[in-house]
Amino acid sequence: MTIRRYLRLLPVVPSVLLLLFFLLAPVAWSFYASFTDAALSGRAARDPHWVGLDNYVRMFSDDAFPLAAWLTVVFVAASAVLGQNVLGLLIALLMTHSRKAVSSWVGTAVVAAWVLPEIVAAFAAYAYFNRDGTLNQMLAFFGGQGLDWLYTFPLVAIILANTWRGTAFSMLVYRAALADVPHDISEAALMDGAHGWQRLAFITLPMIRSSIATNLMLITLQTLAVFTLIWVMTAGGPANASTTLPVLAYQEAFKFGDIGYGTAVASVLILLGVVFGAVYVRLLRDQRP
Amino acid sequence: MTSRLRLAADIALAVIGFCFVAPLLWLLLAAVDPQAGYQTALPSAPSMENFGAVFTPELLFQPLANSFLLSAGTAAVNLVAAVLAAYPLSRYQSRFNKPFMYSVLFGTSLPVTAIMVPVYGLFVQLQLLDSMVATIFFMATTTLPMAIWMMKNFMDSVPLELEEAAWMDGASSMAALRAVVLPLMRHGLGVVFIFVFIQAWGNFFVPFILLLSTAKQPAAVSIFSFFGQHGAIAYGQLAAFSILYSVPVLLLYVLVSRSVGSSFALSGSVKG
Repeated sequence: MTIRRYLRLLPVVPSVLLLLFFLLAPVAWSFYASFTDAALSGRAARDPHWVGLDNYVRMFSDDAFPLAAWLTVVFVAASAVLGQNVLGLLIALLMTHSRKAVSSWVGTAVVAAWVLPEIVAAFAAYAYFNRDGTLNQMLAFFGGQGLDWLYTFPLVAIILANTWRGTAFSMLVYRAALADVPHDISEAALMDGAHGWQRLAFITLPMIRSSIATNLMLITLQTLAVFTLIWVMTAGGPANASTTLPVLAYQEAFKFGDIGYGTAVASVLILLGVVFGAVYVRLLRDQRP
Repeated sequence: MTSRLRLAADIALAVIGFCFVAPLLWLLLAAVDPQAGYQTALPSAPSMENFGAVFTPELLFQPLANSFLLSAGTAAVNLVAAVLAAYPLSRYQSRFNKPFMYSVLFGTSLPVTAIMVPVYGLFVQLQLLDSMVATIFFMATTTLPMAIWMMKNFMDSVPLELEEAAWMDGASSMAALRAVVLPLMRHGLGVVFIFVFIQAWGNFFVPFILLLSTAKQPAAVSIFSFFGQHGAIAYGQLAAFSILYSVPVLLLYVLVSRSVGSSFALSGSVKG
């Protein structure tokens, strides 16, 4: 009888094998390799040696890692938590008050940036922030001074670009959440004389707070992993000024051939993902009894 | 609602909408401008010259065919694995269900860019580098957690009673899945397939790392040949190619959002 119950689980096996082989094994290997001097070429490529915590010690004494960690925090906080999240909520709120034609047109524009292939969005953003690009043309039109954004303020440019690219996700989440808020509750508050901001702060936001939490977790994880956008726009430069952790891991491992050090950086990123992922699973589990 | 409030909301939204469109203007205008640079300008002599220039087997068709092969393969592997996994999770009560679903959910949150270095190492060890099939299986695995969640939700909405009738008639569970459940969730299968297809089509980093020979590279990677590989950047051709490469996924997205509502992509994650 019990054998039959186990046999029933047999169809899950292909998925489990794929996940073990292509996701769990690389993660495990990453942690292992971060303790070795594995390299792309040369002697250490054939026969990597165990070097203990050397890579991690180097990571914290090297200037590049603390800078990349800090830039990653700024990038995620500014483009995901502030940019995408707040702008997405704002757009969704405005949509509840605006004409249907306007909101569907704007919705399409916001979603377009999100549905485009990442590399195309990255090229468009590169052209937009270029010294000869659209942004400077618009600034000049209003009598402003053009800047070489990608060179002078590379982090600002990629933060704005990632906000542009990712806001659609938050907008869709919040539109769905706001549609679920019962209409009569905000009507009742309106009757009781609550002003717009009070209604928002004391009724609407508390009612969608689980959506806010879930959205924040998801966009944080997505933004943590952003590589293509940054790599096309600035390639991490100039002089590491926009090198976040994924870019640093890529450069160390593939450009400088230092797999051991590259995986050490990647391992830190995976650990961050694990922490945020655990909180996210926790959030979803608590929502459902 | 007062009409003043509505007007203010309309204006604010229109301004935001314009900011979102602005970066795309260059793409559209440069594509039809043979003299395009980074300036956004109305082409003095608009023509389809750029499209003509990229319309060659080696520049356009081969990379797009590779993209199609990669994306369709990824979506197919995903669909088979996810359907099989979702069936027992949806149909039988087991003490493994919950831990399994939560570990899968946890898997959705792994930053894929972080595991590319170890995956490259794994592919080197197993001599799988530059293998289309291995790349397909890896890409399928990265989207598998999301696909399993979506699939289980779709399957949960097919009533169990219908299968019980089939079981009574002596059908095995796999036969019931094929003959009863899958036809009823055709729609859901289509959504998962297209969702994974779109993700794979736009994926740059994975094929960039794992596929080496030019003949196997998808459009996401081959697009770099316009981007200053030979010194000068072919702006107009880059824009024209970008548009041709984007159109298929834009159409697929419209197709899915029409039938499911634009929040389809969230059904797997946010709503659980």
